[in-house]
Amino acid sequence: MSEPLSTTEAVKPLLEIKNLQVGFQTQNGLVPAVNGIDITLMPGQTLAIVGESGSGKSTTAHAIINLLPGSGRITGGEVLFEGRDLTQLDEKGLEEVRGRLIGFVPQDPMANLNPVWSIGFQVEEAIRANGIATGKEVKQHAIRVLKEAGLADADKRLRQFPHQFSGGMRQRVLIGMGLSSRPKLLIADEPTSALDVTVQRVILDHLAMLTREIGTAVLFITHDLGLAAERAEQLVVMYKGKVVESGPSREILENPMHPYTRRLVAAAPSLASRRIQSSHQNLTERAHTAPRAGDGLDLLEAAEVRAGRRAAASTTGGPAIKVDALTKIYKIRGAKRDARDFKAVDDVSFTVERGTTMALVGESGSGKSTVAKLLLRLEDASSGTVTIDGTDTATLRGRGLLDLRRTMQPVFQDPYGSLDPLRNIGNTIAEPLQVHNVGDRTSRRARVDELLDQVALPSVLATRYPNELSGGQRQRVAIARALALKPEIVILDEAVSALDVLVQAQILKLLADLQAELGLTYLFITHDLAVVRVIADHVCVMQRGKIVESSTVDKVFDNPEQDYTRELLNAIPGANLTLGA
Amino acid sequence: MTGYIFRRILQAIPVFLGTTFLIYFMVFAMPGDPIVALFGDKTPNPAVVAQLRAQYHLDQPFFVQYLIYLGGIFRGDFGLSFSGEPVTSILARTFPVTARLAILALLFETFFGILVGLISGLRKGKLFDASSLAVSLILISLPIFVIAFVGQYVFGVWLGWARTTVGSGAPLQDLVLPALVLASVSFAQIVRLTRASVIETSGLDFVRTAYSKGLSSRRVIPVHILRNSLIPVVTYLATDFGVLLVGATITEGIFNVPGVGNTLYQAIIRGEGPTVVSFVTVMVLIYLVVNILVDLFYGLLDPRIRYVK
Repeated sequence: MSEPLSTTEAVKPLLEIKNLQVGFQTQNGLVPAVNGIDITLMPGQTLAIVGESGSGKSTTAHAIINLLPGSGRITGGEVLFEGRDLTQLDEKGLEEVRGRLIGFVPQDPMANLNPVWSIGFQVEEAIRANGIATGKEVKQHAIRVLKEAGLADADKRLRQFPHQFSGGMRQRVLIGMGLSSRPKLLIADEPTSALDVTVQRVILDHLAMLTREIGTAVLFITHDLGLAAERAEQLVVMYKGKVVESGPSREILENPMHPYTRRLVAAAPSLASRRIQSSHQNLTERAHTAPRAGDGLDLLEAAEVRAGRRAAASTTGGPAIKVDALTKIYKIRGAKRDARDFKAVDDVSFTVERGTTMALVGESGSGKSTVAKLLLRLEDASSGTVTIDGTDTATLRGRGLLDLRRTMQPVFQDPYGSLDPLRNIGNTIAEPLQVHNVGDRTSRRARVDELLDQVALPSVLATRYPNELSGGQRQRVAIARALALKPEIVILDEAVSALDVLVQAQILKLLADLQAELGLTYLFITHDLAVVRVIADHVCVMQRGKIVESSTVDKVFDNPEQDYTRELLNAIPGANLTLGA
Repeated sequence: MTGYIFRRILQAIPVFLGTTFLIYFMVFAMPGDPIVALFGDKTPNPAVVAQLRAQYHLDQPFFVQYLIYLGGIFRGDFGLSFSGEPVTSILARTFPVTARLAILALLFETFFGILVGLISGLRKGKLFDASSLAVSLILISLPIFVIAFVGQYVFGVWLGWARTTVGSGAPLQDLVLPALVLASVSFAQIVRLTRASVIETSGLDFVRTAYSKGLSSRRVIPVHILRNSLIPVVTYLATDFGVLLVGATITEGIFNVPGVGNTLYQAIIRGEGPTVVSFVTVMVLIYLVVNILVDLFYGLLDPRIRYVK
């Protein structure tokens, strides 16, 4: 992290946003998205805007360079960049500023590169448009900026297309593009939300190093308070289009004034995990602290309650899931038709005790989701056995397989993709009951009401459709559907990864409560170790198809044995933050 | 890539066999004896009838006739028309005319369709968009012969810019008006397709990113918006080219264009079985080839498809 710049009188602000208002034109008139915010950014400084989705943080970022989507427009206020009001510039003037003076790194690396043009083409056109280089130098410059952004083999990959790059590599391309003309300001809109934690850390470190070298100021948009505090000197917390709190990061984190900021601090898994860590105590041994958040949900408190319940419950249930030497081999069609074998899951063994939570942690491509598919028998293993409640699942056919599915239910990551948009919530939840021929119409309806109640949703939602629900509500519906058949085991595949921090905390608490109430066994698959800290009892860390470390949560966090585990732990944002537990 | 082309050609074989069999079956399963029909009111000599039957293999079972016909096709022999002219020479005379007409129509609909569609898409909801939408709706809902007659009246009779019918040899300037008429319906479809595609692409993230790099609209619109929007349009255009190539019966009839469609129409009216079957067989072949070319072209436009194969 760079040293905070002393704000002497001589230094003029690089960016000054004054009373900015942005609205979206709809059929029902102008809907405000940003309601008069003020932000000041000094040259070379890093400032983070934090808030949940819909808080107006991305809209603010887009308004600065006047790239609001569709019907959005600036309805008032000023955006002063080096004293010039960007809102008053014409299209020509804006083109001069965009790219050259203000670089932009967008959120989703998958959608922000044009799929029909090569990487080289897209970087080169940015360099050419900003007049950084001409003729043959353009290509050289493109290779240089891509290498700087961390693409070591840029010269060889220039002619490749975006779909041949991984998400992390694409984000490096976008960062290289954003910094290609050495801008004075870089707007980074959730630049790493779509990436693995370790990749996220490497890319953010790299970004910090580059911007420090060039002397670029960074406006960082994120929903993760821990990440923001770690990466930025200044913090701006936005809520419903307004700035509710701003100031030096550390101050805000240690002493949040606004109730919303307090709720964010309490609900951030990265911070909760750090707080548990810094107390050097096991959760069960901790004296229960009074709820700090007041009106909100304290994730740390939820974790403590959960740990307390777990300690009180008897753990003599025996193994619910037993996986032994599980291996899955995929055939890969390579270039020039040499089919290679790829071991997605390599000799994996673990046991999950009844009523406990096992977390399977790893980056994308580590094989953790394949394990879930094998457990659910959505795919067949190449070798090895999966034993559920003493039955080897590989032998099951027809009726037996249906019974297995009844005892074991999945919840998937994307709450938008996993619900049928043409089916109302009640029918969605009742569908497993119909498939398994459980009860009649009236008893099913009663069960739907009961389930909605269990996941804390009002029963009137039964007649609504998925598009009328928020992401958090949808994930509750997905959980209710999984619980419909009264399963013993729930497999949660990145079930909270796509959710906002506050919603994530609520779902985590819900899962903990349901486990205590129904004695559920969870297999919790995630890339985020911070979440693991507050929900799981045991952890298996996976890397390239193998389990590299397997132990209790406390042991893994306190004494990680493997370098890889340490790397994952360090990747949790907020490593060098000191927080009172 | 070669493997892909080979597979596509293999897939075309059952389609070819199936369609030719169906056509052959339908034409020859029609009631009436073609040999007896040849003699009209006269009572033919049974010996002559038997000889003609043998000559045209009409004494063989239907399936054998089909196989003999198929064998002829592979030797390049499409049989004779009733006037004694080889069908291949009729095709050689009429196909170039239709091809010229088709290419002209394709050029018109591509150029004007994409241009109008692009402007409409970029100015969604504005006056230009609304009026182009109205015009394309009118063109789609009117039967093509109405458009043809209106065209003949306005440009041929009233303004006198073009001749109402095509002269012998079908010179290019005579084909302009029929080509415009032929292009009108597809033009409307392309306007709507391009418009929808441009609107969708304009809202995508990479377009915003392109602007954020400092690119001007003059670069973003053709390179990032139009290029990506063209993928569905090109598919439509290419299929449409196949349709145009096999002849536009109504338009060719109205403007008296000596092309494939017109000739086929005449052959159907006169009940010339061999001519009909041979023409349709050639059309199926052309259509299959164009379709394979479309798929290959599609890969050129979209690198994601190119590398999946």
